[in-house]
Amino acid sequence: MMASRERLYAIGADYRKAISGYDKIVKICCGTGCISSGALTVYDELQRVLSKRGLSSKQILVKKTGCHGLCERGPIVVFGDDEILYQNVGKRNIERDIAALLATINEDKIEDELLYKGDDKTKRYMSSFDIPFYSGQTRIVLSLNGVIDPENIEEYVGYGGYKSLHKALQMNPMEIVDLIEKSGLRGRGGGGFLTGFKWRSCRQAQGLPKYVVANGDEGDPGAFMDRSLMEGNPHGILEGMIIGGFAIGSNHGFIYVRDEYPLAVYRLSKAIDEARHHGFLGRSIMNSGFDFDISIFRGGGAFVCGESTALISSIEGKSGEPRAKYIHTTEKGLWGKPTNINNVETWSNVPYIIDRGWEWFQSIGSDRSKGTKVFSLVGKVKNTGLIEVPMGVSLREIIFNLGGGIQGDKKFKAVQTGGPSGGCIPEEFLEIPVDFDSLTKLGSMMGSGGMIVMDERNCMVDVARYFLKFLIEESCGKCTPCREGVRRMHEIVDRICRGDGSMGDIEHLEELGKAIQLSSLCGLGQSAPNPVLSTIKFFREEYRTHVQEKKCPAGVCKNLITVSILPERCTGCMRCAVECPVDCISSEKKEIHGIDQSLCTKCGTCFDVCRFGAVKIS
Amino acid sequence: MEADEGKLSVIIDKYDGDRSYLLAMLQDIQREYRYVPEEAVRYLCGQLRIPLAKAYEVVTFYKTLSLKPRGRHTIHVCLGTACHLRGGPGILETFERELNVQTGDTTENGLFTLETVNCLGACALAPLVRVEEKDFGKTTPANAKKIIREFHDGEEL
Ligand SMILES: Cc1cc2nc3c(=O)[nH]c(=O)nc-3n(C[C@H](O)[C@H](O)[C@H](O)COP(=O)(O)O)c2cc1C
Ligand code: SF4
Ligand code: SF4
Ligand code: SF4
Ligand code: FES
Ligand code: FES
Repeated sequence: MMASRERLYAIGADYRKAISGYDKIVKICCGTGCISSGALTVYDELQRVLSKRGLSSKQILVKKTGCHGLCERGPIVVFGDDEILYQNVGKRNIERDIAALLATINEDKIEDELLYKGDDKTKRYMSSFDIPFYSGQTRIVLSLNGVIDPENIEEYVGYGGYKSLHKALQMNPMEIVDLIEKSGLRGRGGGGFLTGFKWRSCRQAQGLPKYVVANGDEGDPGAFMDRSLMEGNPHGILEGMIIGGFAIGSNHGFIYVRDEYPLAVYRLSKAIDEARHHGFLGRSIMNSGFDFDISIFRGGGAFVCGESTALISSIEGKSGEPRAKYIHTTEKGLWGKPTNINNVETWSNVPYIIDRGWEWFQSIGSDRSKGTKVFSLVGKVKNTGLIEVPMGVSLREIIFNLGGGIQGDKKFKAVQTGGPSGGCIPEEFLEIPVDFDSLTKLGSMMGSGGMIVMDERNCMVDVARYFLKFLIEESCGKCTPCREGVRRMHEIVDRICRGDGSMGDIEHLEELGKAIQLSSLCGLGQSAPNPVLSTIKFFREEYRTHVQEKKCPAGVCKNLITVSILPERCTGCMRCAVECPVDCISSEKKEIHGIDQSLCTKCGTCFDVCRFGAVKIS
Repeated sequence: MEADEGKLSVIIDKYDGDRSYLLAMLQDIQREYRYVPEEAVRYLCGQLRIPLAKAYEVVTFYKTLSLKPRGRHTIHVCLGTACHLRGGPGILETFERELNVQTGDTTENGLFTLETVNCLGACALAPLVRVEEKDFGKTTPANAKKIIREFHDGEEL
């Protein structure tokens, strides 16, 4: 079926008409986080009760949406246009909560228990607009996440989707490239390369066919932004890619998604089918004469495959080894043809820029980083989840206002940005604006947008060891500095954690790190030392304590700590004994507990569960 | 095992026998058998007319493909950064101890395979454990033991 402008309006009008027939809209977040907390059960139960009763005089639309943001408190249920937000629905008592949902649907009765509570436990927030986690955000690419049903193209069109595509198809391709360039959009996949500039080189490159690729590999551990976009608003990505294809002069698009993201693959496939059916993909899109189609490629879960040249090898059916970039992929990429790779979030920005103009986009963000950035805010912060903020807001704003501060009101220690390519930023830099250049200046990285908050119970040397271990496993092994050097760094850091560090180790790590940065073939090796170098830079004292005093101040490194119970504080509540994985805590109710040191694995669980501060790690 | 040529042909035909879909075919085989059997690789290479070494290069490169048979349930313990910081390693240790296996191995009775992953995308619920389609968020060592019991129940040992 061919879609013209009329058709686009017709779909939108049909949708609005259908929607106006409903008295109530109930949106149940079915992003990965909420599904893990039981959202599907809430959805099924509510549907079951509604259909069984059938008595409600009201027409109710219950729909599944993508991630709403506040994953920590999922399952999230939202009414209408975000007028009421319920959290933790069905977590404690599913029957009671379903009854509460029905009461809200039928009688507009608000259930206080399910509302978001502020820090002081007395203030309750009814609408998401008031909750600081949301009110501090500017949502562009996430604006439809948690709003539309990602499996229904009519909803996307009803909210203005594919309008930008129509507009773009009336423009001259070069005009689009100019517009993207002037907007200042920089790639969201990590490097922060100017998107319009890349498009231009690919457009001007010799050779046909040309390809456009969406990089949805997202190998960063602790990051789920791209996944949430693919699951929550797949059409936004498709629309961006089609516009890009038109601007660059390509008729073929690929989306590279890892196999561990089955829901993203499913929703993207469905979106592609629906878009084809309505004539937004395929031959002569919207009667413009422009042909474009998209296929999905399922990656095999290797971090290095996110790197653009490795990704290309992978699509070509080979193992994902990077190659040197003397020749840009924009000139010789997939099957030797000009190829433009952009991150999923980068593509998602495109329709908005076309719709509202480059001046609008340029007015958001900081000096050299325009627009917003989506972050997955995780770790020891109270409100973990998905956020979108204008570039240039401070780390403090993100962690303490949106994130609500540190869990258990412990002390903030550092925030890790940029994943395995990034670094840890300590408290003294909390005021810096978050944008590409400021983070790089601190020896960290914007990366793809993982933001991992750490508190006093996290050991920085252990964190460095964690990333090194990850990178050893993920290095493709093609070049020596990365294959051998990172392994060597891990050996040293591991020794320090085990209490066998010696004087000079820290300096040796710095030297080795710099050598690896300079001599590795691809971005993985070039940035692999960052987590170590940045932790040494900002937490040198912690390294020194490990090496010289054989102590781990955070109480993490097992060989350097002992766990004991302070008799004067222990109430004999038995909590620790129940949770101890090796049952090495002797316990009688109401009696002082003791730890059998020969069995204790020093996992720290007892410390974390004791409510009386009776466990000591020293 | 014997490679089921019928099933394998269906997979190969799905991609028109195009070699550049080698990874996708191997992923489909993995889905069918829960691992990639040697016989299946041999058959595939024969049909696509590619050297065995090339297929093995791909199988061993990608994490989601496994050459070892897996148990009936695979326990995935997330060791992504968020899970690491919130106690993932301790959860893994508990599983290793309780099941008496090393990470990557299968219990003797063939019931469980223990594996780690680098982020399942539900970091807010760290530390996260996934068994089949089911996720267990904010896991503690004590509920690691419960998870084992949940999947033991009703199964012959
Ligand atoms: C080791 C490594 C892993 C990467 N992983 C990803 C990834 O998962 N997703 C992504 O979009 N970019 C990733 N990148 C960056 C890509 O190589 C590339 O720069 C990016 O996809 C380009 O898109 P952009 O200009 O829109 O950012 C990675 C780079 C390296 C060196
Ligand atoms: S730097 Fe590491 S990942 Fe990159 S090509 Fe060299 S060995 Fe492979
Ligand atoms: S949890 Fe704390 S107070 Fe309770 S028995 Fe253990 S050490 Fe004592
Ligand atoms: S540190 Fe872990 S193993 Fe040791 S007593 Fe506490 S809970 Fe048990
Ligand atoms: S998955 Fe529901 S809020 Fe993120
Ligand atoms: S780090 Fe474990 S789910 Fe993301």
